[in-house]
Amino acid sequence: MPVKVRVPTPLMKLTSNQAEVTAEGGTIADILNNLESQFAGIKERICEENGTPRRFINIYLNEEDIRFLDGENTKIKDGDEISIIPAIAGGAV
Amino acid sequence: MGFVKGLRCKECGKDYEKLPIHVCEYCFGPLEVNYDYAGIGKVVSRKSIQDGPPSMWRYKEFMPIDEEPKVGLHTGFTPLVRAKNLGKALGLKNLYLKNDSVNHPTFSFKDRVVAVAVSKALEFGFDTVSCASTGNLANSVAAHAAEAGLKSCIIIPDGLEAGKILGTQIYGAQLIAVHGSYDDVNRLCSEIGANHDWAFVNINIRPYYGDGSKTYGYEIAEQLGWKTPDNVVVPVAGSSLITKIYKAFHEFEMLGLIDKVNTKIFAAQATGCSPVTTAIKNGSDTIKPVKPNTIAKSIAIGNPADGYYGIKTANESGGWGEDIPDEEVVEAMKLLAETEGIFTETAGGVTLGVTQKLIKQGRIKPDETTVICITGNGLKTQEALTGHYTPPAVIQCNIQSFEEEFANNLTV
Repeated sequence: MPVKVRVPTPLMKLTSNQAEVTAEGGTIADILNNLESQFAGIKERICEENGTPRRFINIYLNEEDIRFLDGENTKIKDGDEISIIPAIAGGAV
Repeated sequence: MGFVKGLRCKECGKDYEKLPIHVCEYCFGPLEVNYDYAGIGKVVSRKSIQDGPPSMWRYKEFMPIDEEPKVGLHTGFTPLVRAKNLGKALGLKNLYLKNDSVNHPTFSFKDRVVAVAVSKALEFGFDTVSCASTGNLANSVAAHAAEAGLKSCIIIPDGLEAGKILGTQIYGAQLIAVHGSYDDVNRLCSEIGANHDWAFVNINIRPYYGDGSKTYGYEIAEQLGWKTPDNVVVPVAGSSLITKIYKAFHEFEMLGLIDKVNTKIFAAQATGCSPVTTAIKNGSDTIKPVKPNTIAKSIAIGNPADGYYGIKTANESGGWGEDIPDEEVVEAMKLLAETEGIFTETAGGVTLGVTQKLIKQGRIKPDETTVICITGNGLKTQEALTGHYTPPAVIQCNIQSFEEEFANNLTV
């Protein structure tokens, strides 16, 4: 079942300039592998060599950071939306 | 002037031109400003700094702007207060408060970063400035945008203190509150940034903006007589200030303006939002995000993107991280006011309360020189003290009423 994935601007060079793509898989990890099969080179930009998301990448399932869920093992269901967003700091101090 | 060579990724070292960008295209690491330190070293000395203006711009060679500063010309060079009364209460002989609760023009350390960010936004030619903010940044961006003649659109989490809301609107800013936490707002802003060509001070202008915080560190070193203290206790939210104070000390050391830096940097958070201090205490270098629940709203960032560097700064410097519950935050705010006559906001209460804890743990010792960072003003977070004081007695306008009330309520 395909889900929508929003990719950040720097990765749009790999997705033929699409900000939103579709991918299939049962977990976040599956989705990342599926993205790689569609857009070669994208996974190494998002993940460390061991497959975990890079320190400065945040992945959201619907409105929730996957670190509050089950990380890259978080299960995906039909109609979910995934956003890949560079970590940005800010605020007070 | 201008000693900026470009931007450089803090993680992978990839170089970029001076543009309004903040993330490495390759590894998503944060970009930071790459300075020509040899060039700075040729023109800067203790004397040149001392001959400069009584503001943060006495260090302008260390600032990431190419032209003269355009706004916030009176920001910074706030008092470093020798806190004898508070020191006595805490058992510290050499205690100082770096007091940015009186920073110009909006009473928090944020005026330093915004003076740089808005000057830079003007250099880049933006017509609108924006930010995600827990309040202090909102105040400062709105004020500096007004000074610069720029439009401002500012996004905050709902439920902020009244003083921070009014203290943004008064400058003519468009203010929008979002259902959710600061972290939600921050995420929304990154999406807004894709639709609007604005200068988001803490997003696309962030590499420049962040370096305004270095002046807080330079001032501590200069005001202590060109040396760094043994300990600095810093309130932590996004972890920018803590890393920039440390960077400032090391830049001064590198240029020979001060001797070797042996300062321990301590991170202070409220227990209700303590992802950075929790990681430090657990010996981890990874932030586990939290959902904030604390009265210290200005530092309630549950997902601090510079958190990794905050942890690293505390560890590398030999410091530590601690957090305290909200009740202790209020007690510390009162203690600071009653001993030193300084009314700080909740974040200052956090920093002082954590200092007390560090003293009890033996991590800060009586003879050492310690600086507590006071970064915001208590008049902006009055809600934190709701219920802690009864209304003043109201009496008839005659001397008998006065003497009667006075005798009944002796506090001295």
